[in-house]
Amino acid sequence: MVRIVKRTDLTKRQSVMFRLLAILGALLAAGIFILFLGFNPFRVYLSMLDGSFGSLYRFKESIIQAIPLIVSSLGISIAFRMKFWNIGAEGQIIMGAFAASYFALYWSNLPVYVMLPLMFLASAAAGGIWALIPAFFKAQFGTNETLFTLMMNYIAQKIIVYVQYGPWKDPKALGAGKIALFGDNAALPEVFGIHIGWIITVVLVILVYIFINKTKRGYEIQVIGESENTARYAGMNVKKIILSSLILSGALCGLVGMFQVSGVNHTLSYQVANGVGFTAIITTWLAGLSAPVIVIVCFLFAVLQQGGTFIQTAFSIHSSAAQLIQGMILFFVLGSEFFIQYRLVLKQKTDKLIKKEAA
Amino acid sequence: MTFISILTFILTGAVTAGTPLLFATLGEIITEKVGQLNLGVEGMMLMGAVIGFSAALSTGNPVLGILAGMIAGACGALIFAFLTITLRANQIVSGLSLTIFGTGFSSFVGQKMVGQGLADSVRNSFAPVKLPLLGDIPVLGPALFNQNVLVYAGYVVAVILAIYLYKTRLGLNMRMVGENPGAADTAGINVALYKYVHILIGGMLCGIAGAYMSMITVPSWQDGVTGGRGWIAVALVIFVTWNPYKAMLGSYFFGALSILGLYLQGYVHIPQSIFDMLPYFATIIVLIMISLKKSKENNPPKALGEPYFREDR
Repeated sequence: MVRIVKRTDLTKRQSVMFRLLAILGALLAAGIFILFLGFNPFRVYLSMLDGSFGSLYRFKESIIQAIPLIVSSLGISIAFRMKFWNIGAEGQIIMGAFAASYFALYWSNLPVYVMLPLMFLASAAAGGIWALIPAFFKAQFGTNETLFTLMMNYIAQKIIVYVQYGPWKDPKALGAGKIALFGDNAALPEVFGIHIGWIITVVLVILVYIFINKTKRGYEIQVIGESENTARYAGMNVKKIILSSLILSGALCGLVGMFQVSGVNHTLSYQVANGVGFTAIITTWLAGLSAPVIVIVCFLFAVLQQGGTFIQTAFSIHSSAAQLIQGMILFFVLGSEFFIQYRLVLKQKTDKLIKKEAA
Repeated sequence: MTFISILTFILTGAVTAGTPLLFATLGEIITEKVGQLNLGVEGMMLMGAVIGFSAALSTGNPVLGILAGMIAGACGALIFAFLTITLRANQIVSGLSLTIFGTGFSSFVGQKMVGQGLADSVRNSFAPVKLPLLGDIPVLGPALFNQNVLVYAGYVVAVILAIYLYKTRLGLNMRMVGENPGAADTAGINVALYKYVHILIGGMLCGIAGAYMSMITVPSWQDGVTGGRGWIAVALVIFVTWNPYKAMLGSYFFGALSILGLYLQGYVHIPQSIFDMLPYFATIIVLIMISLKKSKENNPPKALGEPYFREDR
């Protein structure tokens, strides 16, 4: 028989090695699958790399894909640190986009230096409120936050469907359910050819890192994550901390909504979040909730996505191949965590060990 | 049209639209009752949809189509079970990964089938079959007893599952695993085995739900054929408070909501998006109410989503 024993001896380098091996294993497994479907896996992989790094333009596209993932992951990581399973990032992004779009569409005469800060604040507030609602019920009545936040995603999405085909529909779009394009005063300026959201992202990564690791509130959040009772005995106001942290978590996700409508799409559609909120949950988890690691993981995911879009145009291989490979990598990496934390020992061996110790 | 005929029309549509929801919901109920929160329902449905459809397309055999869908759903569930039970990975993340994988898998495998339709022989085998006597009851007869074979299968599965959960020894054991795996382990129940078996059955039901969508609801292949119904099923499980009998009512009710906007178009103008919002809204209300009431009956399984490792105790 095989016994499972907790590992204590693994160095950081070894655990990184394990994860790399897992990714390699996933690529191998996905490669076999691609081969089976009649494509050359090496060509698919190479063209994916080419699609995300091959030119300055493609590299910029990869960064643009990474920005929303990183900021949402930062938001999610704050909630996850308290073991508050906020899986409502998708909805918080959508509501942030909704609020920002309101100003872009209906206060369209504002000068740009008023407009952008206003959109910024509105999106953060809307995302924060969307997270606060489930947080309130969790803190007050213990309502299951995983399921609550999940439902909030779909309500947010349907609200946008409603306005997109109803009150906010662009009359010039002739029957098609489309919202009008924003004016130039509602567009995020570009720095080095990428909307300024990337600078804000860098700043946010640093701020969240400092907040979690160097401030009192960050420490309190970590204590609540370890044990709510400990936090309570230590005299912390657990409810207040959960509520305020969730506003922060939702606000970060809300900002993503503004980045997308103002920096990328220049309009609002119900697909604005496009699954980012869900992917970000996975990237956050894989990054072990750590802000600097989040940047790396999210960038890798963005490369996969960007590469997937590219192989579709280059080889007419469906872009879903990227999603498939992404899924496989996830399985392998999630599975590899086990081998990082535990070790399999043959029972005979342990028996011998026990005998040895007894003797 | 008279009021009665409109009502009959809507009810019939509700049951037809609610049946895939029912299968997926029953699948997720089994999974959650044994303590595992599998957010991969949408992924398993899509896997079942694409494999079921391609099997029915190539063999022309509807039974093989449904069976293939079941197996595909079970394969998805097996990945989830292996990750969360044997390898102890986080359930939420594993479930979401399964959905990403299943979505990609179905679009990739299905890319060459887009727009292709099933043979008439397959379609005809899912034509409504009127049950004698029962089918003649006004309103309810045509809605409930003049339906395709899988609708009837849905009734049977729901009742069997309810009896299994509440009236059998095995059902009691599996609920114990979901409520308190530590106690179940002490009582000599093989926690991991129970979880594996029930997750796999849950996956099979989700696979059937997906195959229903691709083979009956839309008998030609289209990308993302399940259209988010997997998530509605996750909501439904809560809405019906983990009860298979209520799952029938709930599924048909949510099924009705999904078609009401379309059916009422000529009479009152309420956009479909409003009806689409209601299931999630209603689910939140139920979620809040069960947390307020603190009655033991309707609450989520106590150990839902929590990992169980014997060594950690």
